Amino acid sequence: MQKIGVFVCHCGTNIAATVDVKKVVELVRYEPGVVFADDYMYMCSEAGQEKIIEAIKEYGLTGLVICSCSPRMHEKTFRACAEKAGLNPYMVEVANIREQCSWIHKDKEEATKKAVILARAAIAKVNLNTPLQEGESPVTKRALVIGGGIAGIQTALDIADAGYEVDIVEKEPSIGGRMSQFDKTFPTLDCASCILTPKMVEVNQHPNITLYTYSEVEKVSGYVGNFDVDIRKKARSVDFGKCTGCGECQTKGPLGKIGNIPSEFDRGLKNRPAIYMPFAQAVPAVPVIDRENCTYFKTGKCGVCAKICPSKAVDYEQQDEIVTVKYGAIVVATGFDIINLDKYGEYAYNECPDVITSIELERLMNAAGPTGGHLERMSDHKAPKEIVFIQCVGSRCDDDKGKPYCSKVCCMYTAKHAMLIKDHWPDTNITVFYIDVRTPGKNFDEFYRRAVEQYHVNYIKGQVGKVKPQPDGSIIVQAADLLDGKQINKKCDMVVLAAAIEPNPGVRKIATMLTASIDNNNFLTEAHAKLRPVESPTAGIFLSGMAQGPKDIPETVSQAGAAAVKVVGLLAKDKLKTNPCTAQCDTLLCNGCSTCANVCPYGAITYEDVQVNDHGLRETRRVAQVNVALCQGCGACTSACPSGAMDLQGFSNRQITTEVDAICR
Amino acid sequence: MQELINRLKELIADGTVVRAIGWKKGDMPYNPEPAYFEKPEDFDDFVYDGFCGANLSKMMIEASKLEGKTAVCLKPCDTYSFNQLIREHRVVRENAYIIGVACRGKLDIEKARKEGIKGIKSVTGIDIEGDGEVVFDTIYGEKKMAYSDLMLDRCHVCKGKDHVIFDEVIGESKDTDDADRFEEVRKIEKMTPEERFAFFKSELSKCIRCNACRNVCPACSCRKCVFDGTKFDSQQKANVDSFEEKMFHIIRAFHVAGRCTDCGECSRVCPEGIPLHLFNRKFIKDIDDFYGEFQAGKDPEAQSPLTDFTFDDLEPKDAVGRGE
Repeated sequence: MQKIGVFVCHCGTNIAATVDVKKVVELVRYEPGVVFADDYMYMCSEAGQEKIIEAIKEYGLTGLVICSCSPRMHEKTFRACAEKAGLNPYMVEVANIREQCSWIHKDKEEATKKAVILARAAIAKVNLNTPLQEGESPVTKRALVIGGGIAGIQTALDIADAGYEVDIVEKEPSIGGRMSQFDKTFPTLDCASCILTPKMVEVNQHPNITLYTYSEVEKVSGYVGNFDVDIRKKARSVDFGKCTGCGECQTKGPLGKIGNIPSEFDRGLKNRPAIYMPFAQAVPAVPVIDRENCTYFKTGKCGVCAKICPSKAVDYEQQDEIVTVKYGAIVVATGFDIINLDKYGEYAYNECPDVITSIELERLMNAAGPTGGHLERMSDHKAPKEIVFIQCVGSRCDDDKGKPYCSKVCCMYTAKHAMLIKDHWPDTNITVFYIDVRTPGKNFDEFYRRAVEQYHVNYIKGQVGKVKPQPDGSIIVQAADLLDGKQINKKCDMVVLAAAIEPNPGVRKIATMLTASIDNNNFLTEAHAKLRPVESPTAGIFLSGMAQGPKDIPETVSQAGAAAVKVVGLLAKDKLKTNPCTAQCDTLLCNGCSTCANVCPYGAITYEDVQVNDHGLRETRRVAQVNVALCQGCGACTSACPSGAMDLQGFSNRQITTEVDAICR
Repeated sequence: MQELINRLKELIADGTVVRAIGWKKGDMPYNPEPAYFEKPEDFDDFVYDGFCGANLSKMMIEASKLEGKTAVCLKPCDTYSFNQLIREHRVVRENAYIIGVACRGKLDIEKARKEGIKGIKSVTGIDIEGDGEVVFDTIYGEKKMAYSDLMLDRCHVCKGKDHVIFDEVIGESKDTDDADRFEEVRKIEKMTPEERFAFFKSELSKCIRCNACRNVCPACSCRKCVFDGTKFDSQQKANVDSFEEKMFHIIRAFHVAGRCTDCGECSRVCPEGIPLHLFNRKFIKDIDDFYGEFQAGKDPEAQSPLTDFTFDDLEPKDAVGRGE
């Protein structure tokens, strides 16, 4: 029988205001196993911990139940405290009577009743707790950054500068990401490439950084400190060692400079040849052959690029290569894209070439873009004189069509676009339809006000109902002016849509491989929204940039640095403590059915034929074996196992059913 | 039937198999029972007719551990169970010689009893080949019933006449599917939660915990059932109320979810006539709705929606919406 001490925390008034703490102490005192119960203002404080240590010594406690905040907050504190008093840290259970009780209830009587029930469940569990020992595992001193945009670049540079080796895996032929497509950046209006390309070059030259471009993460196994990652290096069809990046192949190919494939980099506003570098400052400056669209790969005839390459670098025989690398930490910096606008027929995006997205406008205004930086209508190449910007296209939507969140950057980049256009072509009229203008950020509101006050951009609070392209080439935008209460039919030459941003669609697959959780909108979830914002709840996985949520460049760069520090903190350790709460197989109960192995996301379960002695019956049986180094204690196997052979240490089936029994009592 | 007996004898004689699993005559003409056959004279009692409903695939768990091969007679629907057992590594395929036996639907003596047929002395018209009426010779005289009126409910939702795994097939099977498999489930889904609870409470109150359903179920193949072990405190536990013990059936349904082939043996063997298959069928319907149609045991290599993890697995929130 355990000797259990129960400690009920007031958490100031956080708990005590809605839970009658004294009553909880009185009621749990006579629970089976409980020999001591007390309450205190702040159990986590130095004095509170001292109280626990004293009680352990005085009453010879063998188990503790702390009724306090979520175990995610202070479980560590109380375990350390138990250890200090000579108790195994896994003999401590936390009953969460704050987040799961006092914070969500108003009625004191009800909340008190629930707090007692939660405490009872924890007490019932502790009665079955057994001491567990943590193991140790080594740390591979190398980090992987998935995604080579500004987030990935900054994280990699910071980790590399701290002296650790880091690899970047980027699925496109060049690093640079979305930022490389932008023209100018708010609120200072410096050119995006001017500030990004030096960082790209630095990444390329850094002795601690290895670049895997045109590559994808294929498989991840292992655990914090010891990940094994398979990286697929897609066949570039151009020999890295021989190519000088002269660009002859792209300009003198069968279609000359023009090409016939919509350029991904220019958002389809321009074409590219099948052998291409996405943009002039691409890093690495080595082109790739897009095999799906290459005449040689499609028909076996052509081969012009190979003939004109002065350094004989084109290699049609190249194969995809898979490399397996060990890492201690992984950073997800997979970035974003804008939503597909197919569902938004009312904005006529698919219908009219002069209705464009903001990111297309970035390309149109960029000197290296499809029009050489001259703002023109894609239909007739005339300069637009009347431009309408529509905000929140798919952002802040309450229906299934769009996203519920604010994309955060659109208000600012629209103000930027408006001012840049007015600067270059002052006779252009600009109207912005908005729901709210949101400009929190250093120098942000000043920036927006400049657009209104100095540049006379016409901001109208109101939502656009329909965009109607006219036979004469003009466009009529139907909208409601919410402040004036009037219907507006605005005639214009060009419409720019601030389409909602969404996480890169590939992130789902990556998150699943990493077993990193994602939210309803496919953004990666933080370990704690406020206190651990750059860590995933999965140990060893860190978050950088838009993959975690909408943010602008300065915020992305700060987060990238924060993620790098967390990675460095991990890599600086020589050994990590391993979680003892792993699955175990009861060989005599195991049917050998493989269900546990089939549901294990970590590949931690294998099957072996072993000799068993089942109460005198000796036979060879196929039974499950758990690799505790790989097991993360998720419990999928324990719920899938039909015979109950699989059990989780610290969360055994019996412990859980006992808790349920205690709750239902 | 004679062709089947001859073939089994031949297989034993030429050493292909050491023994066979089939059915032997019971104490009544309508209750043949599963049996092992080794010597030629064992076959004197061999029977295979419309009342041979028992699914013999589960017997292969123990039989495939024996020295030498075992021939096993499997009806088309039994082969699904066998495949599922292969998938779960519970039988050794190499140690089994599967004779796919013909089936034109199996019979339910309760259907005859409901018609007031009692005192049965002998039954004709239940051969595998024929297609006439079933004639009962009773102490009260001769009674007749159409074959399909006498069929087990499960045979009206037959999975098809093809064996999904076999070494050889003897005879021609018939597809007897003429009803909607999920009709009963839909009826229950339409009930209010209170009505539903009352329905199952009333049905399960008949349970005498004889464990026949569990013992016959090919998916309930655990070496040691969780209800028999001491590990989970479930065996010795005093019941809080009269319904708690009935949770056995609900837990059992969860344990076989995604693995149950809907062979219907649980309902067939229940001495109290509880429609136990409804639990399993509700799970099957939900799995079909949530994850797309899935038939356990159809293909031992196929990914199973509940017991395989893949990167493309549907999120629960996306799956649940599909059921509505």
